[in-house]
Amino acid sequence: MQTIALVHPALALVLSPLLLGVINRTKAIFAGRVGQPLAQPYRDLWKLLRKGAVYSRTTTWVFRAAPVVGLAAILLATTLLPLAALPALLAFPGDFILLAYLLGLVRFFAVIGALDTGSSFEGMGASREVQFSALAEPALLLGLAAVAYHTHSLSLSEMISGLSSTHWSQAGAMQALLAASLFMVLLTENARIPVDDPNTHLELTMIHEVMVLDFGGPDFAFILYGASLKLWVFCALLTGLALPVRTGNLWIEVAVAVIAIFGIAVLVGVVESCMARLRLIRIPQLLVGAGLLSVLALVLSLR
Amino acid sequence: MMIVCLVLVPAIAGVISLAIRSDALRRGLLIVGAAAHTLLTLAAWIRRPAPELGGWIALDGPGLLFLSITSCLFLMAALYSVGYLDREVQGRRQDFEEAVAFSNAPEARFTGSLLLFHATMTMVAVSQHFGILWVAVEATTLVSAPLIYFHRHHRSLEATWKYLLVCSVGIALALLGNIFLVVAASRTGSGQESMLLAELVKQGPRLDIPWLKAAFLFFLVGYGTKMGLAPMHTWLPDAHSESPSVVSALLSGALLNCAFLAILRAQQVCAAAGQAGFGQELLVLFGLLSMAFAAVFILRQTDYKRLLAYSSVEHVGILALGVGLGGAASLGAMLHAVNHSLTKAMLFLVAGNILAAYRTKSIAEVGGILRGLPISGVLWVAGFLAITGSPPFGPFLSELTILKGALDQGRGVIAVFYLALLALIFVGMATAVLPMAQGRPQKALLGGDEPGGATPLRLGSERVLAVVPPALLGIGVLVLGLYVPPVVLRAVHEASQAVGGW
Amino acid sequence: MTLWLDTLLILVFLTNLRLLGSSRLGASVRVVALQGVVLGLLALASRGGDLTGHVLFLAAVSMALKGVVFPRLLFRALREARVRREVEPFVGYTSSLLVGAAMLGLSLWVGTRLPLPTAVASPVVVPVALFTILSGLFLIVSRKKALTQVLGYLVLENGIYIFGVALAQEAPLIVELGVLLDVFVAVFVMGITMFHINREFDDLDTEQMASLKD
Repeated sequence: MQTIALVHPALALVLSPLLLGVINRTKAIFAGRVGQPLAQPYRDLWKLLRKGAVYSRTTTWVFRAAPVVGLAAILLATTLLPLAALPALLAFPGDFILLAYLLGLVRFFAVIGALDTGSSFEGMGASREVQFSALAEPALLLGLAAVAYHTHSLSLSEMISGLSSTHWSQAGAMQALLAASLFMVLLTENARIPVDDPNTHLELTMIHEVMVLDFGGPDFAFILYGASLKLWVFCALLTGLALPVRTGNLWIEVAVAVIAIFGIAVLVGVVESCMARLRLIRIPQLLVGAGLLSVLALVLSLR
Repeated sequence: MMIVCLVLVPAIAGVISLAIRSDALRRGLLIVGAAAHTLLTLAAWIRRPAPELGGWIALDGPGLLFLSITSCLFLMAALYSVGYLDREVQGRRQDFEEAVAFSNAPEARFTGSLLLFHATMTMVAVSQHFGILWVAVEATTLVSAPLIYFHRHHRSLEATWKYLLVCSVGIALALLGNIFLVVAASRTGSGQESMLLAELVKQGPRLDIPWLKAAFLFFLVGYGTKMGLAPMHTWLPDAHSESPSVVSALLSGALLNCAFLAILRAQQVCAAAGQAGFGQELLVLFGLLSMAFAAVFILRQTDYKRLLAYSSVEHVGILALGVGLGGAASLGAMLHAVNHSLTKAMLFLVAGNILAAYRTKSIAEVGGILRGLPISGVLWVAGFLAITGSPPFGPFLSELTILKGALDQGRGVIAVFYLALLALIFVGMATAVLPMAQGRPQKALLGGDEPGGATPLRLGSERVLAVVPPALLGIGVLVLGLYVPPVVLRAVHEASQAVGGW
Repeated sequence: MTLWLDTLLILVFLTNLRLLGSSRLGASVRVVALQGVVLGLLALASRGGDLTGHVLFLAAVSMALKGVVFPRLLFRALREARVRREVEPFVGYTSSLLVGAAMLGLSLWVGTRLPLPTAVASPVVVPVALFTILSGLFLIVSRKKALTQVLGYLVLENGIYIFGVALAQEAPLIVELGVLLDVFVAVFVMGITMFHINREFDDLDTEQMASLKD
């Protein structure tokens, strides 16, 4: 195993909370506020980790296991992704399916953790989460399948390295469809506007936030950290597929990729500032649309 | 120049009549235009005109046959509509079915559309290019829509909307058939000429078969919608029952034939490519299906104009069946096209007289036509006997020929179905039509002589223009049943041979 | 050129998607107008480099008709009718999109089954054309308003046009003009009929037209 393969997970571990900070800062700038410091997510995590945990008597071990399993699964997901020329720790044919399933595992534990509390609010959030991710998952998998077809490889590492920098001029239409579809999946999976509002305090409209209402202390820190890692994973995936930069110099490429990841975070902030949250009834339309875009990308890759 | 004139005469007359203020002058122009067209058609029988405009328009056997039907019917319809327009009440009046008031569309628009309708139908009959054929068929839809909405009330509006939308969508699918046909012909390398009927028939064996089949399917569904084949017939009963009777007569007698001709053109190409069987099986299927649909709806019909409309669905089914069976049946189908057009047009015109006198379309409320309207009554009963295929009228002969064709080919099951459906329809129509004719009128009949139309009708006071055209059509049907003139038989033969029959 | 063709076809695809999910009448009219313009460009792009006067003329006429004249006519109908600006579907928007997904699947399947005699520039031509035709048909049957049915008819016509552009190049000018003229008159007559429908029924809702049946 190459030591260099550990660089990407390490980067993700260190930098991912900063993504949340960047998004918040972008939104603050759009709103004309100074905003919280960029490092605020780190401070929040540190604060939560020092607290004790309170568990409701109605909950079982599932509730306690959920944050840990979720964090573990998403950590594993970071090891599957290469970053620019940095190889992934794990790479084998079909690993993109494992990635999708790890993300599914994260969601599954978040959902049963929420259901375990027995609260109707959290049950509502869980049901929405499941409904929307059931529509987002085909979009993600079909999009990845399109790349797999295009590059004739079944491993994420080869798929990403198989895209050349001239890719946009050769198959621009497919690329654009893919990027658009993945971006919509990113917004959905990470509970961002226009699908979900991470800042809202109205349980009736929330999805992700309402599921974690009962978690506190280190458990909540794990959940927050897991969420930021998930955002990193999606940003890294989108960067790898949509921005293949090939300079030949490892570190320049890595730097470009990291900047691109933060660029996506800024984009998310911009979207959040410019758009209102969609009505719940409209969200499935968005996701079905994303799925159709992926299908079309798949067709275009078949030529 | 002659074929161009055939199209231009009604077209120009139509445009002019849109601008004429005087009713008498406009009605005169209608008659003159129709008569000139018929004379030109007669001349075409005497000496067949050569193809014109680079072969894009020409008169071949099927074209001439259908053109003649259209022309004859239109002349009768023109005569009838002069009388009809004369007795139509001006201004707003009470609807007899519901308590709403309505008025007519301007008469100039009616007459103009009627003539333009004639021009587009002529265009369909003479087109030799599939593109032009499509354009002409779609144009017939568009110019006939105002005719259906002549009585401006909500039922006729509903009928117009259904007619416009269903037919436009159907014909749009036929356009897809056109495109597929071009693809099928792209290998032959005839370039710009590739959509000409003669060229396609000549290149037949070299056409791409899967695409040709797809094209035929779309033609059948597309033009079949316009023709009224079940299950795409949904617009037909509404449009036929809500439009003025003279328009119903033209829709049923002439327009359905035009759409039928378009399908025949497609079948001609199929036959040339050695795929006659593919098209024929489909035609048989749709034909029997249409007859079955019609039988069901005729049996429980309460509105006599809708009854006639469903009878049209039945007869286009018979036409499709005949061509589908091929051989002698194909000959019978061509003859039947003539017979059905004349009979159905006559029945619709008579239905117009009944409607004017009784002010109702309900079968149950009409009685004693034979007493109240003696001439119309006789024509009504004769028309019923003719349309159900009773001797000695023309349809009997043609339906028998189709039956013979089926039996000749050993397709007994189809023959049995065919006879059973015909019998069912006979029963259905008899129970509706005969009680209308017999007995005494239940209420005072109205003649529309004066504004308000409330003069009681006296015996034998039917208007000449209301009974002469249907009577002439009836005589024609009777003559065709007793003796088919050799010249007509030759034309029918030629048309039948073009689609692979006798 | 392929890239342009792909992009334009995808735009057509996206406009269909938008129509299936759109709840506003005005927006739908605009989307159909956009689709018309994209189709004109598609006609140009499909010819590669050799743009003859014939092609340019037809593309210009069709863009002017579909991009300017039709939307104006329809907007006028919308204004005069003073209808509620909602689409009012029989089938909900999300279900419509799911039906759209199914239709896309069907179009793709058919697209792989059709043996094309000539090489087609883009692998999505046939699927997108079929998808557009199916979307048009679906819009006609699943929407209540007369106006949306006209839009569906236009979309159907557009789908057929894509087929024509991609497969049957070089149709005679007179035929193409005739087709365009027919479509124009059809929309015009339908527009007039809509005006009457609105006056007679106080709405463009075709559900109220149910007095004729057996």
